[in-house]
Amino acid sequence: MRTVRRVTGRALPLDRANVDTDQIIPAHWLKRVERTGYGAGLFEAWRRDPAFVMNDPRYAGARVLIAGVNFGSGSSREHAVWALDEVGFRAVIAPRLADIFRANCLKSGIVPVELEPEAVTKLLELALRDPRTEITIDVERRTVEAPGVHASFALDDHARARLLEGLDDIAVTLTHTDEITTYEARRATWLPSLRG
Amino acid sequence: MVAAVKRTLAEKVWDRHVVRRATGEPDLLYVDLHLVHEVTSPQAFEGLRLAHRAVRRPDLTLATMDHNVPTTTATPADDISLKQMEAMARNAREFGIRLYPMGTPEQGIVHVISPQLGLTEPGMTIVCGDSHTSTHGAFGAIAFGIGTSEVEHVLATQTLWAARPGTMAVTVDGELPRGVWAKDVILGIISRIGVSGGVGRIIEYRGSAIRGLSMEGRMTVCNMSIEAGARAGMIAPDEVTFAYVEKRKHAPQGAEWDRALDDWRALPTEDGARFDREVRIHASELRPYVSWGTNPAQTVTIDGRVPDPEALEPALREAAARALRYMDLTPGTPMRDIVVDAVFLGSCTNARIEDLRVASDVVRGRKVKTGVRALVVPGSMLVKAQAEREGLDRLFRDAGFEWRDAGCSMCLGMNPDILGPGERCASTSNRNFEGRQGPGGRTHLVSPAVAAATAIAGHFALPDDLS
Repeated sequence: MRTVRRVTGRALPLDRANVDTDQIIPAHWLKRVERTGYGAGLFEAWRRDPAFVMNDPRYAGARVLIAGVNFGSGSSREHAVWALDEVGFRAVIAPRLADIFRANCLKSGIVPVELEPEAVTKLLELALRDPRTEITIDVERRTVEAPGVHASFALDDHARARLLEGLDDIAVTLTHTDEITTYEARRATWLPSLRG
Repeated sequence: MVAAVKRTLAEKVWDRHVVRRATGEPDLLYVDLHLVHEVTSPQAFEGLRLAHRAVRRPDLTLATMDHNVPTTTATPADDISLKQMEAMARNAREFGIRLYPMGTPEQGIVHVISPQLGLTEPGMTIVCGDSHTSTHGAFGAIAFGIGTSEVEHVLATQTLWAARPGTMAVTVDGELPRGVWAKDVILGIISRIGVSGGVGRIIEYRGSAIRGLSMEGRMTVCNMSIEAGARAGMIAPDEVTFAYVEKRKHAPQGAEWDRALDDWRALPTEDGARFDREVRIHASELRPYVSWGTNPAQTVTIDGRVPDPEALEPALREAAARALRYMDLTPGTPMRDIVVDAVFLGSCTNARIEDLRVASDVVRGRKVKTGVRALVVPGSMLVKAQAEREGLDRLFRDAGFEWRDAGCSMCLGMNPDILGPGERCASTSNRNFEGRQGPGGRTHLVSPAVAAATAIAGHFALPDDLS
């Protein structure tokens, strides 16, 4: 995974609550077996509306997505994160992100940022008023900076270290193989198995 | 003497799966069963291949094909879907994983087949690259959806890094009114707590109305926990659970069964245990629900009307107005006046044998309204076979329903079963998101009983409305 220390850039203000992953990437895109090739599917249906904020050329190249509460709800499809990533987003800010979506962000080096609703509203207003406004997300300090906004967000040490160091999660876990083996030795014998 | 801390069901099951717990880290959680399907796994297997990694526990991994499969030979899979199914078959072969592909008697929606095979049992941890994994919580398991990177992680290590979610109790006491089914219970709950009401938490459904549900009803309730934003949903195992699990293919046998029972009986939440949030609902408040909007909290009772966004609380207005535009509905319209183009009886929410029995009983001796396309897609080929033994297929076919093979089908519109733009559907599935059942399609979530009655009437209806 790539390392992420800091994300600085313009922000796309998507002022809607409960944006589900079917909107972020519709199901017919999920037939692919590759990890890439999803950018064109990002918000596919909404982008057909010329008035959709993403079609405003002033937001082209935005690296931060600002959204309403419960962004990324619904389906577990990681393709939603892959699509955001391909279009260039490196951080998503919302008052609350859906659980699975948040976990998926961390796996692809997209910074999931949950802030107080007031701070999100302020960032939305900034981005709407002046699309050139730059927002900086500092992973190490767990802060968000924009003109007039200084906020901090929660990110556990473990997740932060992985973003900063771009670690391969599986390689890290495999260093705990002994603990996994020890655990397996004491699992209940009646637990189901597909052996045989 | 220090009183022992009283623990909830979720806390007990979580704690017994912790492989490693250290400060500043989430828990490293052991996974007892990993369910895999063709859509969210190919990139995970490719990752293993590139890193020269094996699947740690193929014996705790089960694969099937469900999301993408055609449910009739009349509409075969397209080339790109075929490629995905072939990838699933190749990956299962290469990594030594049991696969129930299309055309086998055990094939079906992953959340329907695992309980049927006795692989879903109390006290387990179960994950799958699918958000409706919450279904298995009906057995008192912790079960949740994960993304493809986590699928790869579980394949390689049989574990996951995860912080223990918060706890939440939703208690439904009392007797369900006539005509109110498990689907209405969960729609009623979501309408009260909202689509983000459970974010970051595991919901435990409690109370006499929940205990009174069959295992299949409990699965319907837990299935839609994710629609309330919850990490998972659970119901304490009891005699109903044990009777369902006993003697199934992978259930413990003989002395092992007795040991398992002793363990399972100790799982329920202890009296005095505390939840981070508690919600109480009386069963008598619940009615058959129909969704009017584009998220599963946007529902009214079937006796209700399409709401006026201006009459809703301010925070909900804009989303409601947008939903009504998408759904092409006018505030004030009685739900029973809304005419449908299609009826879908299927999905991991409501395509088990009891669902089909209820619906077939409604359509018995009646005809689907002219112009309505009505589909029954059983949750698994085992459900389909049982329904056929009971003659339910004849009731559906005689009424004018199409009788299909198992799969996710029109729930998510990945296979050829999709709505056309602007088409309106009464659906027993779980999500009424924009475009969920096909681009431009309009979904109304209902119970199997309402879906069946609606197919006959041509507009939203209760079985009692039919002449």
